[in-house]
Order: sequence, then C-alpha cells, then structure tokens
Amino acid sequence: MTWRLADVLDVTAETDRVKTLALDVPGWPGHRAGQHVDVRLTAEDGYQAERSYSIASAPSGTRLELTVECLDDGEVSPYLTDELRTGDKLELRGPVGGYFVWEPSVGGPVLLVGGGSGVVPLMAMIRERAAAASDVDMRLLLSSRSWEGVIYRDELERLEGDGLTVTHTLTRSQPEGWTGYARRIDADMLAAVGPGVGDRPHIYVCGPTPLVEAVATALVGLGHEPSRVKTERFGPTGG
Amino acid sequence: MDALMLDGNAVAGLLHEIFGTEMTTATGTCAFCGASMPVGAVHVFRGAGVVLRCPRCGSVLGKIVTRQAETCVDLTGLRALVPSVGLA
Amino acid sequence: MSFVSRGFRGRRQPEADSARVPPGQYVTTDYPVLSAGPTPHTSLDVWDFSITGEVDEEKGWTWAEFQALPSEEVTVDIHCVTKWSKLDTTWRGVSIDTLLEGVDTAAEHVIQYSDGGYTTNTPLEDVTGGKAWIVYEYDGEPLAPEHGGPARMLLPHLYFWKSAKWIRGLRVQREDEPGFWEQNGYNNYGDPWKEQRYWGD
Repeated sequence: MTWRLADVLDVTAETDRVKTLALDVPGWPGHRAGQHVDVRLTAEDGYQAERSYSIASAPSGTRLELTVECLDDGEVSPYLTDELRTGDKLELRGPVGGYFVWEPSVGGPVLLVGGGSGVVPLMAMIRERAAAASDVDMRLLLSSRSWEGVIYRDELERLEGDGLTVTHTLTRSQPEGWTGYARRIDADMLAAVGPGVGDRPHIYVCGPTPLVEAVATALVGLGHEPSRVKTERFGPTGG
Repeated sequence: MDALMLDGNAVAGLLHEIFGTEMTTATGTCAFCGASMPVGAVHVFRGAGVVLRCPRCGSVLGKIVTRQAETCVDLTGLRALVPSVGLA
Repeated sequence: MSFVSRGFRGRRQPEADSARVPPGQYVTTDYPVLSAGPTPHTSLDVWDFSITGEVDEEKGWTWAEFQALPSEEVTVDIHCVTKWSKLDTTWRGVSIDTLLEGVDTAAEHVIQYSDGGYTTNTPLEDVTGGKAWIVYEYDGEPLAPEHGGPARMLLPHLYFWKSAKWIRGLRVQREDEPGFWEQNGYNNYGDPWKEQRYWGD
C-alpha cells in the first residue's frame, strides 16, 4: 500500500470546529463505507506526523471526503482545518480497515451509534445506503454536545425516511423547546432506539474511547451478540 | 477500561504494510486464554511501540516496533492467525 | 522523501539550548501519554516496593515506609524514544542509592518490574551513583496514574522507556534479561546521546 498525493479540491465548514476536506486522489482504488485513510504531514526539515481519518463519503470514483474536527491541542487537525486550502496536496495511504465496514450486501437491521466526530464513518455508511437506494432498516443514534455542534445535521434530516431513522441526544446544551434526549447514551436509550436483540442487528459504535466503551458494554448487557458489535475507538480526545 | 485504548482497526494501515494485505478481518487466537476474535477487535495501545492485547484477558498478543527501513514484529502471544477469505 | 506539506511545522518548540537536546529529538511542552497497556490502579494499602534477587538480603517497603525514607526533589530533562524531549521536569522521590544502602551484591544487572507486567533492564551501575530515583511526585503533585503513579522509575540519562511506570521492584541479577521492548527491537542500553534507539544502533 503506497503513499499517494491527493489534490485538495475544497475545505468547507460543517460546524465551527469541524471541516470537510474534498480530495481527488489519482489512482484511488475505491473504498468501502467505514474505512479510513492514514494522513501524513511532512515539515521542511523532514519532521513527520501521521494520523488516521475516517472517510466520510460513499465510494465515488477518485473523489473522497474527510471530515476533521479541530482539536485545541492537536498537531495535525489544526493544520487540516485551518491551514490546508484548495490547490494544496495531502499525502495519504489507504483505504484501510476491512473490519469496521458496512455495505448493502451485509444487510440489516443496522444500528449506528456515534459520539461527536465518531459520526464520520457512520455517515459514509448512511451515504452508501442512500447511493445504493437500499431500504435496509438503519438507525443512527448520535450524541453531540449541542445542536450547533451536530455534524451533518441538515443532511441527516434530508436523508431520514425510507427506513433510515436519526435520533439525537444533546449532552451539554439543548435548544429552546427541545423534547429529545439530553443525556449520555445509556442502556435504556439503546433499548428504546435500537432494533431488538432478536433481530440480530449489525451494530457499529464510533467515537471517543470512553463513549465507545460505555455503549459497547451496555449493548452486550442488553443481550446483543458481542461479535455483532463493532467498535472504532478514537482515543481519549475523540480523533 | 482505559481512555487511551484503541481497536485493531486503528493500526490497519501498519498491519497492511507488514503483511501486504488487509489484516483486520483475519482471526487471531490468544495463546494465553484461547479467545478468538477479528484482529480489528483486539485492543491496541501505543507505547514506545504498538502493543496488541487480547480483549478478553488482556495478555499481550503482539508488539510492533518500526524504524525507518524495518519493522520488528513479535506475535508470540497469538497462537494462530487465520486470514479471512475474500479480502477487499 | 521529496514531498513537503506546505505550511506545516508541527508542535515542536524551537530549541532554546540545542546542547540539551539529543540527536533526532524534538522539544515539547506538553506531556504525551504513551502506554503499553491499560493503566493499573493499585491502591496504596496494597502497594509495596521490593529489592529482590542476587542480594544478601531482600528488602521491601510499604507505602508508608517508603514515604518515610529520605527523599529529594530533582529537576531533569527526559527523552522519549518516540522523539519527544521534555526539559526541566521536576520530580520528588527516593534515590536508588538510598534503597540499596547496605545491600551487598556481586551481580551487575537490574530488572525493573511493574504492575501490568512491564519490564526493562539496565546495568546496576546505571541506576546507582545519583543517577536514578523512584519518584512519586511530578511537578509538586502526586504522580497521576496515567503518568506512572503511585510511583515510577526516573532514569533520565537513558531513553524514557528505561524508566518503568507503575514500578513495584528491582530484581538484581547476574545475567542480563532483555525487557518488554528490548525483546522486540529496542536497544538493550538506550543512550539518547548516541541515538541508541533500536537493535544494532
């Protein structure tokens, strides 16, 4: 697997801290929803830093999108969100990861549970489902700090329906008149939102390690098969 | 539970570089407790090098140390490693 | 390597005094946490520290006994093999010389062993003569678990993987025994000034 140079087509804001990089990668072999790329930055003196980012877009020729949250004390993310611009090049390797992948042939029902920027690989799965015009029962449970911070909020609203349901929980602040969930994801919420244990759903959990750990434990506690609960931990800061 | 812990798929690129193929869908068996799981589901820690640990018993399945031109891989904690068929 | 990312500098600090920074290292002001495994959480009423192996008499201290030993505050630079150096770090702990006072041995190797199973090896002469401490405070505060608390080895003249976190004892041996990382590619000695990171360096 070689390092390739991607062309940066565009950098657009999703929220005040999150941006999507639209890239064109000559020779891109294609990818599957849920996979990621390793990105490598090199300074003039040869210093290098490498990080992994989930691919946000459904497969589409040589084009791919990465959605990156700018971390205050990050070394790579602030460069990607604040410095990188159209016309730059970005070195990356991939696609990698065959384990945390969904495609229509996997079937359903599907439960996607995400925290913050953990929604990125899950969005690739949702977009893939839409692109394939699949009517598989797919449910997203997304935890965000605030309504303004929900990544892909408008697109999720547009895509909802025809078997896709989206449930938000806002853990820090809620808009006026909010009647939805306002707490951390727990077993009761998962039981209410997700398919029943008897339906043997395919479950994908992604986000900061503490959230993933709590959700995975709760799911297994509800009776879901551990082998059907796939996790992608982003580490303490959430990617 | 440890906030630093990652999953096997976090080192998918590194493993692909070492084995020349997608490894997160391969099945590993822990030499200590006998648990079998996809490599994508093992626990990963980043210390001076990468450490793979069994999600059931916590034993070290493997260690990976990379230098410029070579990689040193210890998989003595894996009793078996079976690639899956029909890899992407 | 010909590609350079336009405008990328990284998180490095300009080296104020490059004589203090070993070859291939970058200076950081934060404190990256690296670990080979989950953070152990050993309670202080269970914790103890031992000197075992090829010694005339094995020694051990409970936490209370360890706290009663003469301690000192030291300020040192530390160098991680993953290329980060942190300058002027301040610790409080007990010198290995204090722990080995009165201990007689003809053996030349020491194995540090920790909760969680981590080990690392050094020559005995590298932990004696005022070169190493078992520390339990960092920057004036009790050592946090993710940084090795309740207590860790502080051995600043070698790469920091030679300073075991969550240390529980030293085993003195006639034979050298490569530790957790030394068995898998990392240098048996680890002198940052000679850039001894890997086997064969």
